[in-house]
Amino acid sequence: MSGIGTGYDLYPTTFSPDGRIFQVEYAHKAVENSSTAIGLCCKDGVVFGVEKIILSKMLVEGTNRRVFSVGEHIGIATAGLTADGRRIVQNARQEAKNYENFTSDIIPIHVLTERLSIYVQVFTLYNYIRPFGCSLMIGSYDEEKGPSLYCIEPDSVALGFYGCAIGKGKQEAKTEISKLKLSEMTCKDAVKEIAKILIKTVHDETKEKEMELEMSWICKETKGKHKLVPKKLIEEAVEWVKGQENEED
Amino acid sequence: MFNFEKEFLSDLNKEVKTGTTVMAVTFKGGVIIAADSRTSSGSYAVNRVTDKLTPVHDQIYCLRSGSAADTQIISSYVSYYTNMFSIEEGSKPTVKKAAHMFREFLYQNKQYLHAAIICAGWDPIEGGSVYSLPLGGSIVKQPFATGGSGSTYLYGYCDMNFKENMTEEEAEKFVTYGITEAIARDGGSGGIVRKAIIDKNGVRRKTVYGNKLKKFWEK
Repeated sequence: MSGIGTGYDLYPTTFSPDGRIFQVEYAHKAVENSSTAIGLCCKDGVVFGVEKIILSKMLVEGTNRRVFSVGEHIGIATAGLTADGRRIVQNARQEAKNYENFTSDIIPIHVLTERLSIYVQVFTLYNYIRPFGCSLMIGSYDEEKGPSLYCIEPDSVALGFYGCAIGKGKQEAKTEISKLKLSEMTCKDAVKEIAKILIKTVHDETKEKEMELEMSWICKETKGKHKLVPKKLIEEAVEWVKGQENEED
Repeated sequence: MFNFEKEFLSDLNKEVKTGTTVMAVTFKGGVIIAADSRTSSGSYAVNRVTDKLTPVHDQIYCLRSGSAADTQIISSYVSYYTNMFSIEEGSKPTVKKAAHMFREFLYQNKQYLHAAIICAGWDPIEGGSVYSLPLGGSIVKQPFATGGSGSTYLYGYCDMNFKENMTEEEAEKFVTYGITEAIARDGGSGGIVRKAIIDKNGVRRKTVYGNKLKKFWEK
């Protein structure tokens, strides 16, 4: 079957005549096949939310995590091939620990982001290793600097965001995020808004099976530590979203 | 049996050490560091005007004692890493960071090294700080620290005369007299007194030449 990149898309070591590296673009497609993850910078922290499709009723709730801690103060949410995401997180944890051992300071988020970016880029250079098929959102909160959120894509580009979405529903999610007033929102409000976007806008109940919400935050309340959002708050958020639906009907 | 090399050249074959006196003292607003200027190889003074006040970063200095080669290479490593990190992070390193980097090198290579360092400087978070890193690679933050062979003659002097939050003049006198006394008593220390005052405005270097050194009890 011939596609756009035929002939130039076998290895990341080949440029196409119009200057594209198709293998890296195909890696982006792998991310777009995955379920959506959202990250928001609020005035007092950063909140992540992931739409997890429940593939089987036999699966234990909270299993197959998509959100990870690096050190105590940084959280990473993944979309795409989860195993690839785990590999990068492992590297991130090494970097954070080495930095801490060497300098006695915790690693600043922009330093970690740049190092991960360099790491991801290496895998786009050779024909015997494939690019990572995942995007990562990296978030942290500091009393002085405030919240920070970065997103690394498979081509290793790392950008700083106020609000970001990756995965299947990222376009709709980004539209909804742009309507929010993030600088006035608290993390607790963000939990509700993210739940609303993931449940109502992004998740298609007719096409897909049930979903599970995995949310985590780094905020003033958690004293700058990355923690899962308490189950009670998530349940309240889901209730609130259902309430909103009924109002609109 | 007369051994020409053993009798006449033994000194030149000895490892160059900085038999030394160095001091670092915090005062209200910064730190003052001071050192003597003698580098010896056995009983031969290889350099009588050595500068032992080694810059690591803009407002972080280190005082080196022990093997000259070991301390020079480590301080250039730490200087390299602090410069790289400050570019990566976009902000100047704290004294704590530089001191911990010293610790990492000294501890991990303790079998091969004979080096003791005092890392002192000013940063906007802690103000003036002094970290002592003795031979084994431990690290301890202190209000003042002394090092080198001449420091043994200063324990009493320092304990009796140090005060927290001294003015710059008091602190300068404290270190100058201290180094002077150690030079007088310690064979491994000599020459001139080199000082540097590190505060929020930067570094000011001063020197007290031999003939200007105050003479304490001397017949």
